[in-house]
Amino acid sequence: MDTIIEIKGLTKDYEKGFWKKKKIRALDDLSLQVEGGQIFGFLGGNGAGKTTTLKLLMSLIFPTEGSAKILGAEIGDPAMHQKIGYCPESPYFYDYLKADELMVYFGRLFGMDKGSAEKRSAELLTRVGLEKKDWKRQLRKFSKGMLQRVGLAQSLINDPEIVFMDEPMSGLDPIGRRQVRELIAELREEGKTVFMSSHILTDIEALCDNVAILRKGRLVEEGNLAELLRSTAQDSGFEVSVGGIESSVFKEAIKGKIASEINVKPGGFSLNVANEQDVEAVLASLNKLGGRLIGVNPVRQSLEELFVREET
Amino acid sequence: MTALNHVRVIASNTFREAVRDRVLYNLVVFMLLITGCAIFLGELTAGQESRTIVNIGLSAMLLFGVFIAIFVGVGLVSKEIEKKTLYTVFSKPVRRGEFIVGKYLGLCLTLLVNVAVMGLGVSIALLFVGGGSLSISIWGAIVLIFFELALITAVAVLFSSFSSPALSALLTFLIFVIGHFSSSLRDLAQNLGSNAAQWLFGAIYYLLPNFSHFEFVSHAAHGRVPSGSYLALALLYALAYIAVVIAVTALIFRRRNLK
Repeated sequence: MDTIIEIKGLTKDYEKGFWKKKKIRALDDLSLQVEGGQIFGFLGGNGAGKTTTLKLLMSLIFPTEGSAKILGAEIGDPAMHQKIGYCPESPYFYDYLKADELMVYFGRLFGMDKGSAEKRSAELLTRVGLEKKDWKRQLRKFSKGMLQRVGLAQSLINDPEIVFMDEPMSGLDPIGRRQVRELIAELREEGKTVFMSSHILTDIEALCDNVAILRKGRLVEEGNLAELLRSTAQDSGFEVSVGGIESSVFKEAIKGKIASEINVKPGGFSLNVANEQDVEAVLASLNKLGGRLIGVNPVRQSLEELFVREET
Repeated sequence: MTALNHVRVIASNTFREAVRDRVLYNLVVFMLLITGCAIFLGELTAGQESRTIVNIGLSAMLLFGVFIAIFVGVGLVSKEIEKKTLYTVFSKPVRRGEFIVGKYLGLCLTLLVNVAVMGLGVSIALLFVGGGSLSISIWGAIVLIFFELALITAVAVLFSSFSSPALSALLTFLIFVIGHFSSSLRDLAQNLGSNAAQWLFGAIYYLLPNFSHFEFVSHAAHGRVPSGSYLALALLYALAYIAVVIAVTALIFRRRNLK
C-alpha cells in the first residue's frame, strides 16, 4: 500500500498572554507515515496534541514548523479536500439547519447537485443510525450522540478516500458505539483509510491496524498494534495459576528462587513469572508440595497497559 | 466555476440563517410600525404627510439596516469561529476567501430583501396618504441606502475577521458616524494651520468611506430623483470600496488560526 499521509517534523506553538506572550508547544516535531486501506489509531492523553494534529492536517491552524502531505498534495491545497472527510471532536454545526439540510449544504460544497446530495444524505443518515423522523429536525434540538452521528455522516458525504475522525465515539451510548465501530470496520472493507483519534482504548484495540501514541506533543510509540502488544508481552512473562496448597506454604518454598508477588484468588492463587525457567521451577515446587497446576498463560499486555506505560 | 458555486452555496445558507433569525423579522415588523407612526405624525403636520413619511420611513430604513449590517455583520465570521462551525466547512474544498465573499453576499441579499420590504411598506404608506408620485420616486434614494448598507456590511465583516464582536460593532458604528461627516473632516483639514493635522485629517477623509455620496433622503422627500450618472458613480464608489475591504478581509482571514 502507498503512503497517503506523510507528516514531516510538524510543530505547533500557541501563544498565550496579552502583553508578555508565552509560547506553548502543543505539537513537537511529529513525523509519521500512514499507508492507505487501514484504520490508524492516534492515541494520547488530554493535551497530547491529537486534536492539534488533526486541525493542522485540515488547515484549520497553520504549523510553526514542518509540513504534511495528504494523498500527495500539500495540506493547504483545497482540491485535496475533495477526497477527504473530517469529523471533528464534538462536532458543531449550524443549529438552525435540519439534519438533511446540513448534509445537502455540505454535499453542494463538494459540487454535488441538490438531487444527488439529497440521495446521498438519506443513505448516510440511515447508515449512521439516525431515525428518519429526526432528519427534518433542527440540529439545535439534537442530543450529543445524535450530533455525533450527523458528524460522521457528513464526513462521508463525498465518498472520501480518507476519513479523519477526532474521538468518533464521543457522546455515544453503547449501542451507538457498536454501530460506529461497525461503520468504521466497513469503511476499511470498502478500501478507505480511517485516521482516528480516540480515548477509548478498547475501540482502538478492536479496530486499528497501526497506532501512534503521543505524549505531551511528542510521538512516543508507533507501529503495528499487534506487534507492539506482542513485543511488550515477551517482557511480561507468564501467569501461573495454582491450587491445592496454601499460598503461605508455597511462598516459603519458592523464597529466594523466584521473585514474584502471589495473588490469592478463589480456589487457589496465581503468580506472574518472567520466563519459562521460572515456570519450570514453580512446577517443580508444586510437585514437591503436592499442589495442583490450574493453568499457565502468557501475559498479554493490553493497549491500556501500553498506553499507561507511555504516559508515565 | 467551483469558486462561484462555493460562494453561491455559502451565500444562500447565510441568507437562510438570517431568515430563520427571529430578530430580523422583528426589525421588519418594527419598520412597518414606524411607517404607521409616520402616518400618524403626517396627520399632525397638515399637508406634509407624504414628506414626513419619506423622511421618517427612509431614515428609519437606513438606521435599522445599519443595525442589521453591524450586528449581523460583526458576527458573520467571529460567530463561526467561536461556535466552531467553520471546522467542518474548511475540511471541505472551500477557500477562505470564497467563504468571506459568500458570507458577505448572503448578508447583502438579506439586506436587499429587508430594504425592499421596508421600501414597499413606505410606498404603500405614501399611496395611502395620496403621495402617489413619491411612492415611485423614492426608490432612487432606497437604492442609495442599499449601497450604503452594503458598504457598512463590508466594514463590519472586515473587523469581524480579526476582532471581537463588541469591538467590531463599536468600530463599525464609529466609521458609520465619521463617514457621514466626511466632508466636514476635509474642511477641517483645509482650515488647520498645522501641516501634520492637515495630513492626518486629509488621510482620514480619503481612507474612510464617504457616505455623503449615498445621502438622498431629504431630496427624495421633495420628490427629487437621483440621475442615472449619480447612481452609477455611487455604485462605482461603493463597489470599489467594497472590493478593497473584502480583499483585505480575505487576506487577513487566510492566515488566521481557528483555535
